Amino acid sequence: MEIDLSQFSQVFFEESLEGLASMESELLKLEVNEPDDESINTIFRAAHSIKGGSATFGFTQVADYTHLLETLLDEIRDGRRQMTTDHQDMLLLSVDLLRNMIDALMRKVDFADPLLAQLETRFTAALAQNSSESEEEQSVTESSSGESSPQNTTWIIDFQPGIDILRCGNDPSLMFNELRLLGELEVTLVDSTLPDFSDMDPEACYLNWQLALVTDKPLEQIKEVFEWVEDECTINYHQETDAPVKEQAEEAGTPANTEASPSTEVIAKPKAVTPAKTPEGGSIRVSIEKIDLLINMVGELVITQAMLGQIGQQDTIDEESLLSMKQGLEQLASHTRDLQESVMQIRMLPISFAFNRFPRLVRDIGQQLGKQVELILKGEDTELDKTVMEKIVDPMVHLVRNSLDHGLETPEVRVSKGKPEQGSITLNAFHQGGNIIIEIIDDGAGLDTQLIHKKAIDKGLVTEDEELSEDAIHQLIFKAGFSTAEAVSDLSGRGVGMDVVRRNIHELNGTIELKSTKDKGSRFTIRLPLTLAILDGQLVRVGQHTYVVPLVSIHESLQVEEQRINRISENHELVRLREEYLPVVKVFQEFGHDADFQEIRDGLVMVVDSNNEKIGLLVDELLSQQQVVIKSLEDNYSKVPGVSGATILGDGTVALIIDISGLVTLAGIANMKEHAA
Amino acid sequence: MTQITQQEQAIADDISQQYLTFIMASEEYGVDILSVQEIRGWEATTIIPNSPSHVKGVINLRGTIVPIIDLRQRFGIETLEYGATTVVIVVKVAIASDHKVIGIVVDAVSDVFSVNHGDVRNAPDFGDETDLGFIKGLTNTEDKMVILLDINKLLGSEILPEASQLSNLIHNIDAQQPQAVNE
Repeated sequence: MEIDLSQFSQVFFEESLEGLASMESELLKLEVNEPDDESINTIFRAAHSIKGGSATFGFTQVADYTHLLETLLDEIRDGRRQMTTDHQDMLLLSVDLLRNMIDALMRKVDFADPLLAQLETRFTAALAQNSSESEEEQSVTESSSGESSPQNTTWIIDFQPGIDILRCGNDPSLMFNELRLLGELEVTLVDSTLPDFSDMDPEACYLNWQLALVTDKPLEQIKEVFEWVEDECTINYHQETDAPVKEQAEEAGTPANTEASPSTEVIAKPKAVTPAKTPEGGSIRVSIEKIDLLINMVGELVITQAMLGQIGQQDTIDEESLLSMKQGLEQLASHTRDLQESVMQIRMLPISFAFNRFPRLVRDIGQQLGKQVELILKGEDTELDKTVMEKIVDPMVHLVRNSLDHGLETPEVRVSKGKPEQGSITLNAFHQGGNIIIEIIDDGAGLDTQLIHKKAIDKGLVTEDEELSEDAIHQLIFKAGFSTAEAVSDLSGRGVGMDVVRRNIHELNGTIELKSTKDKGSRFTIRLPLTLAILDGQLVRVGQHTYVVPLVSIHESLQVEEQRINRISENHELVRLREEYLPVVKVFQEFGHDADFQEIRDGLVMVVDSNNEKIGLLVDELLSQQQVVIKSLEDNYSKVPGVSGATILGDGTVALIIDISGLVTLAGIANMKEHAA
Repeated sequence: MTQITQQEQAIADDISQQYLTFIMASEEYGVDILSVQEIRGWEATTIIPNSPSHVKGVINLRGTIVPIIDLRQRFGIETLEYGATTVVIVVKVAIASDHKVIGIVVDAVSDVFSVNHGDVRNAPDFGDETDLGFIKGLTNTEDKMVILLDINKLLGSEILPEASQLSNLIHNIDAQQPQAVNE
């Protein structure tokens, strides 16, 4: 029966990417001089399973390459080779390369990167390097252990590698070393095909070998050594005493045969049992615990339903059954709430999924900039909705990059400031209320208030005589088109500024704040809802309409006396609140509703955040606060300016959720500010 | 001429389709029954700010937000006060590759009947300026004429003729009708 392996390849991709991620984090943790056995094992296992998987699915490029990694790691693991920083580098680069390779496979495009050949050469060189040093020692131990085994057989192996074998990064000597692990090996060189010196191509392999291996291991294990070169080589195995065994790579040695790979079919069997997953739409790994909880919860629900159903069947309802019905309904409510929470939990992943990429990023950029950085991760277990996680990573990368580039000083500068040479960046995550807070803290130079102020004046964002608090100046970096980088470097000036970061966070219904102290460092605080599906909302009334305003955007709500209202033009009014002048958007006007109160002095002004500026919303009344489930308006209707979505209230009616920045656009506040200036 | 070819088509193309018909301002309209999801009574909607007047708002249909469109207003027919008998037909509309669920307000639901493709006549031509693509054609049941609507084009397109123009057109169709029946 033909099994279509492609249905499993998605699983392979996911597992490989996971494997690569753990490889990367272990590599970064690794103390090169005293590598932790467990780390090496983890890295080895990851490489090993990627090799196995890729061979199964016929991704020979990946398989061949990971084989090199595996060989190196195996030697390190066995203590036959000392780990070096060079190895660490190569392995880290390999993680990148493999990610790209897998990415290319996922997108079904060809992979071509000069780095591949480069790294292959480096690995081959590294593998060849000091293996000879330990050679003698090994052959002694191996042979002695080989002799002690009672069922030794002698295998004669005729090994005729293809002429191109060295070009593919395969080194016969490595294979011989591996064979040596299986028993006592005698290698005889056959140089009959060696051409004249003048005809010789230095990259070609003209040599053949005859190997005599005394081992108690089965033939399969011997063949495994040649698994990766089988296609390009002619290999004959026979036992010394017996007639030659007809075990040879089928029609091997002919270059035309490369695409048919018998080796992959052989090892395909054990791996093909992995469960199928849908290739599109992504998937999520959920702990059994969470599923168990859900199943329990549904069980409870069914019981409650049965109980209520029983009461419903009675013709008359006496006081007693009324009481138990009330109880049942209460139970139902609590179960439903629990069920909702657990369903949400399924999408929750620990934020370490997002944090994990930063050690690498910080290491690379730190090296590039010549800065010494320690990355501290806190609250990695804090859970966050998968969709939010996916969308927050980019802004975080930008902020961390920013901290490294602009925030942290070089070691010399730090020392001159009396700070330790090594700077630190802390990523911290924790829950607060229904939100997750992510902090990015550095102990760098802090923001240069004067420079920012000057830039802002140059760009016409503020006027020269405008008095701004330090904090207000810091907020300027979130303005569009603002970059504090003196020159466009490789790291900054990619056209992505803080304004984009802020916008992305706003799109997630979150906020970002910045606190910075000169020479002490900066702290970015991102506040996000735990999930995109639920929002903490403030219900407000405008005439007979109920709207939801995201609670996270609301600063305060107040009634404003007449003398604090400045009318600028027909429709534009400002309210003085402490030291600030806030433009006020009359919600009823923008939405074309009737309202109880048309004038600011009569109604209620809700001070909200819109793109980091405060504005006031005029509403009639504040209603309750509650969590609302966000429903899309666009699914069946279309996008509505000033409205970000809808929700269903307790009474079953629909309430629209106000999109503050959309409302501001509707009201043309930008013009209003100009008027005010 | 055109009628002969249509009769030929009728023989060649004898597939029937079921239509749900509804009444609006004493005209009878039909929509493909397969696009009808359910029929509901009128309930209060949540107004969508700054939406066209024929969009009556959105309702909660078992957790889905569904817009409600007044077809009388869409067609520029004088509106009726909604009451206990007002009917909302919830239809599934294919727009581009998307499916939308939309409710349309009509006066009353009338009937379900099968129409052979051959029995459908083209709507009269009112010149190039008016796109009546949302009218699939006309057909007769017993004594009545039914205007068959292409719900996808009707609700999916933004390029409907001006509402008032539309009501005139429908009126015109009606005026031409007796002759068509006599043939």
